[in-house]
Amino acid sequence: MIEVKNIRKSFGDNEILKDISITFKRGEINLVIGASGSGKSVLTKCIVGLHEVDSGTIFYDGREFTSMNFKDRKDIRSEIGMLFQGGALFDSLTVEENVRFPLEMYTKQSKEEMLDRVNFCLKRVNLENVNHLYPAEISGGMQKRVGIARAIALNPKYLFCDEPNSGLDPKTGIVIDNLIYDLTKEFDITTICVTHDMNSVMETGENIVFLHQGQKWWEGDKKSILKTDDDVLCDFVYSSRIMKKFKNL
Amino acid sequence: MISALHNIGSYFLLLARVFKKPDNYKLYWRQTVHEMVSLGLGSLGLIAIISLFMGAVVTLQTVSAINSPLIPLYTVGYATRQSFILELAPTVMCLILAGKIGSNISSEIGSMRITEQIDALEIMGINSASYLILPKIIAALFTIPIIIIYSMFLGIVGGWIVGAYSSMLSVSEYVYGIRWDFQLFHVVYALIKTLFFAFVITSVPSYYGYYTRGGALEIGKSSTKSVVYSSITILIINYILTQLLLI
Repeated sequence: MIEVKNIRKSFGDNEILKDISITFKRGEINLVIGASGSGKSVLTKCIVGLHEVDSGTIFYDGREFTSMNFKDRKDIRSEIGMLFQGGALFDSLTVEENVRFPLEMYTKQSKEEMLDRVNFCLKRVNLENVNHLYPAEISGGMQKRVGIARAIALNPKYLFCDEPNSGLDPKTGIVIDNLIYDLTKEFDITTICVTHDMNSVMETGENIVFLHQGQKWWEGDKKSILKTDDDVLCDFVYSSRIMKKFKNL
Repeated sequence: MISALHNIGSYFLLLARVFKKPDNYKLYWRQTVHEMVSLGLGSLGLIAIISLFMGAVVTLQTVSAINSPLIPLYTVGYATRQSFILELAPTVMCLILAGKIGSNISSEIGSMRITEQIDALEIMGINSASYLILPKIIAALFTIPIIIIYSMFLGIVGGWIVGAYSSMLSVSEYVYGIRWDFQLFHVVYALIKTLFFAFVITSVPSYYGYYTRGGALEIGKSSTKSVVYSSITILIINYILTQLLLI
């Protein structure tokens, strides 16, 4: 479980996050949704420590992250897996080397043990016979899956996904969403997904937080989001004509 | 001025992160070997061509400049050797390497920044500055002095080829000239300079690459800045070290 309490973050005079408090539950897909510029990505980067918060606290299963030194944060980060919007695979390494990288950095496994783990992770994301290909030689969907395989290589307790299906066709996007859902349940991970894709929301959203202009505007699940009367949230959810028609049915 | 001071301060803060204890020696060593091959072997061909032709041209220019019969022709070999050992090999070749290696390093790290690969390293708890930059600096400190010695040798060979295939001076006069009044300290001086230059060639572009923000256009700008500032730094350090070591 990750608890965020009263965090604020500004860049210069521009306040991006305004007193946000959220609890992200373990074993569930926690979706952070909102329009572009609402502060979703900044929130995620603050939670993982890529940005320092101006005030407020963040707890990883009761451990206060915000006041930790670099060494203690490193221990927490070894429990975090992250899937980036563009995959963020290392260009100069093959698929196998990318997935093996965190294992080499943090474990003392033998080469055979590492290879077994790499193959397990790749098989788990439905990828086989791509070990020796470079990221540039595989499709965007495959890159995302390699990114997931790398993120789960160290059996993370916490999984962060930044717009996991952006740039993918709807069908592949759903495959990625379902994969993240399955992994969350299988390994009992606290998963936080940042998205603005309503397909993802309807497919996997268990605990949904809607951000608007840097504030937590709404919280609920995928059933309640469709019944909401909140104008701002309705504008976001029913932004397309087809969704507006759907609402009026 | 404030921007320049900000950059200098950020550069030294980045270096403080770079020289922290490595996370995993085995991975760092592997990365260093990879960089040695990439930075060293990748530059040998270019340096060979430039050194050979430059040596030949310096020899031709010196021969053509000697008009007085009172100046012995072996002076040509001496002048070529001194030019190459003191300045052309360490300084000019390092300026060329600053362009070739520097732009490469800056664009490589810059593209890693904008494609979130550096963020991915940080999320894994890895000191990304150290992991990406330290192996490059160590590799350059080992390989660039070797490249410079190789350049000195080939520059002198370029002059020898002029002696061998032209009627302007004989090979024996040229060889006598390159052996005349040889001081080993001049080579040591050149190598000391080279070590400083190697550090600049890798650390300055790494700084500009690491702090790239934006997109592809900014990678190009970082690359250009890195070449300009590392070249200027090399010239300043060259002057200071020459003043300190030779005068």
